[in-house]
Formats: sequence, C-alpha cells, structure tokens
Amino acid sequence: MTASSTQAPLLLEARALSFYRQDEPVFGPLDFRLREGEVALVEGDNGSGKTTLLRILAGLLHVDEGELLWRGERWQRDAHLGDIVFLAHHLGLKADLSARENLAIAAGLYGARDNMAADGVWVDIGLSGYEDEPVRRLSAGQKKRAALARLLLLPATLWLLDEPYANLDRVGIELVNRLLEQHAARGGGALVTSHGAVSFLGGEPRRIRMHA
Amino acid sequence: MSHAPLGPACAALLRRDLTLAWRRRGDIAMPVLYALIVVTLFPFSLGPEDALLQRIAGGVVLVTVLLAMLLALDAMFRSDIEDGSLEQLVLAPQPLALMLGMKILAHWLTTALPLIVIAPLLAGMLHLPTAVMPVLLLALLLATPLLSLLGAILVALTAGTRRSGMLLALMLLPLCVPVVIFAAGAIAAAQQGLPWLAPIAWLGAALALALVLAPLACAAALRIALDA
Repeated sequence: MTASSTQAPLLLEARALSFYRQDEPVFGPLDFRLREGEVALVEGDNGSGKTTLLRILAGLLHVDEGELLWRGERWQRDAHLGDIVFLAHHLGLKADLSARENLAIAAGLYGARDNMAADGVWVDIGLSGYEDEPVRRLSAGQKKRAALARLLLLPATLWLLDEPYANLDRVGIELVNRLLEQHAARGGGALVTSHGAVSFLGGEPRRIRMHA
Repeated sequence: MSHAPLGPACAALLRRDLTLAWRRRGDIAMPVLYALIVVTLFPFSLGPEDALLQRIAGGVVLVTVLLAMLLALDAMFRSDIEDGSLEQLVLAPQPLALMLGMKILAHWLTTALPLIVIAPLLAGMLHLPTAVMPVLLLALLLATPLLSLLGAILVALTAGTRRSGMLLALMLLPLCVPVVIFAAGAIAAAQQGLPWLAPIAWLGAALALALVLAPLACAAALRIALDA
C-alpha cells in the first residue's frame, strides 16, 4: 500500500499547525500529509490534542496558527462540508430513535452513496436484529456500531474517527479495520485516533505523533 | 457521490424532531398542564366576578401561554448538544440556518401549538367574549412563533454555559415585553370594539423579520458555542 500511495494525489496537508486554548498550547507545530487511499493513526497520550486535531480538521474549531490545505488549496470550512464525516466521542445518535431511524437522518442530511441501500448495512455492521431497537437499549458497543453504520452509507472522502475502537469487541475492531481498508481502496483517506495498541490493518500504519 | 437535496433534508430533520417529541409525549403535556393550572387558579384567587375576569382574561391567557412556552424553551438545543447531534448537523452539507429554522419550527409545533389549541378553553374559563376569541387566536399565532424565534437566539447564545436557565429568563424578559404589549393591545382593542389590526400588523412585521434573521443568528451563535 505504501508504494502506490506515495503517487496518489494529496488529500490533506498540514503545515506547522498549532492550536492554543486560552494562550495555552494544546499541540503543535504539527506537520503531516494524507494522500488518497491512506489511513493514518493519530497517536498521543491523554490530553495531547488528538480530539482537538480532529475537531479542527472537521471544521468545528478555528486554526490558530499554521496552514491547512485540502487537495492543495487553502482549507475552507464551508467548501468541504459533506466531504468529511466525523465520528466523535459523542456519537450523535438520538437515544429515543432506533439505529435505522438515526441512519435515515444522517443519510437525509449528508446524502447516501449511490450503490448503497440503507437496509443492507445492518448485516455488515453486525447489528442485524437490533436495528429497530431504540438506541438507548443498546450496549455501548452496539451504539458504536450504530454510529459506524454512517461510514458505510455516507459519501464522504475523509473520515475522521475519534477512538473508533473504544467499546468494541474483537469482531468489532476487525469490522472497523475492514471498513477502513475498503475506504482506502476506494481512494478515501482517514485519520484515526487511538491511545491503545490496536492491531491495525494487518500491517504498519502511517502514524502521526502528537506531543503536548 | 451525491449530496443530499435540501428539501428531503429539511423534511428528515423536521420528522426526526417531531418523532422524538412524540416518543416523549409527557414533555409536551407539561406546558399544557401548567397553563391549565395557572388559569384555573385565577378565578379562585380573584373571586368569581364575571366583569373582573372578563377584563383580565385576554392578558392572563396571553401571559400564561408565553410563560408555559418558556418552560420548554431551554431544551430546544440541549439534547442535541449533549449527544453530539448538533455537531453532525453543523458538519452536514446543508445550510445550517435553514436546518435550525426547521428545529425551531418543530419546537413551535410541539410546544406552542398545543397551547394555542387549548387557548379558547382557557379564555372561556375566564369568560372572554366569544367575539374576541378570533383576535386572541390570531395574536397567539403571531406572538408564539415570534417568541420561539427570539428564544432560540438566546438559547443558542447561552448554549455553551452550564445552568443557562436563569440567564435565559433574564435575557428573554426585555424581548418578551414588546410582544406582550402588542398582542395584549390587540386583544384589549377588540374587547372594547376598537380597530385591532394595527398591533396585529406590528406583530406580523416583527415575525417576518425574526423569521429571516433569527435562524441566521442561531447558526452563528451555535458555531461559536461549538468552537469554545
């Protein structure tokens, strides 16, 4: 994968990216590049700014210092809405709605991949039989899977996944890896945060190291 | 790759909020019960004197409905912020102001509309003349969405703060006053047989302005709240 991805076009590039919270540096300066078809693991201790970095890339936080380029052009928040899907610590699921209803909302707002039918995802995601249960009755791992269903359906190029492996069992971790592999094969990029050691895509992933 | 069209996105969001409200029906019933209790207590505290009740009926119903709306106001964006749905909404490739407009509409439909439906009953309990009833309903139909829109801005502004209820009430008071003055003015004029169209037209003008500006202000305020 490394040999082919060096030629792939650049998706995202950060140059000397820094972030401050009330004049306290959270991280940076940080430099990294992400090419199409590349998955990078964002590593760092608790509080090193992994989530902050993803929130910046998603467009929820302002860039304080440094430059952020999207396909070689200056990154602008409104221009890339819908190209990015952000799976945060708060999963964005409504507890009173079922997984199916939650997914329908996401597809209604973000659109759906042309060849994907919403009904097909539940077997893939390992939630079949529970798709009509209110999300509040699901276990933490099942909630995670209900949120991961968005990745299958939404037509985004860049995935920003904050701790996607948390709460998942071994099969669930394999599921995330498989989703990431398929996404990379389609030419999508992904940034994944994790502080634990995870068996990742079989081989050695690209790593972005965060220093506080 | 296809982005979601605007119309279905609006419909999906509206349907979601209405479904959520329906699954928590008890929360909808709460402002209605509150309004019923308040209006029921007035004749007991003031005495069953027809002329007095008739004189205060319009104002009492109006204030009760607006206060009952305040009960549910600060919940407008709270659950969305807590469960991360708001982030997903902000990042969606849809105009945020329009999406928030849909949320405000859903909020109005689930809190204000039930109150407007029982308003004739409340007014009847205080012997408001039947001829004034249409003016009362018209005033409520214009005043309640105006309050929802103004309230939404303030809810969005205080979204980042803990225990925002008190702050919200204090900020909303000066904005409520003109709404109450015009709405009550129309009802009082109708009760005295005077032309009541002018205050209603003022309410309508304010509503038109708020319809355009309030969702934009909400969107800006919520983006700032998420950036903090």
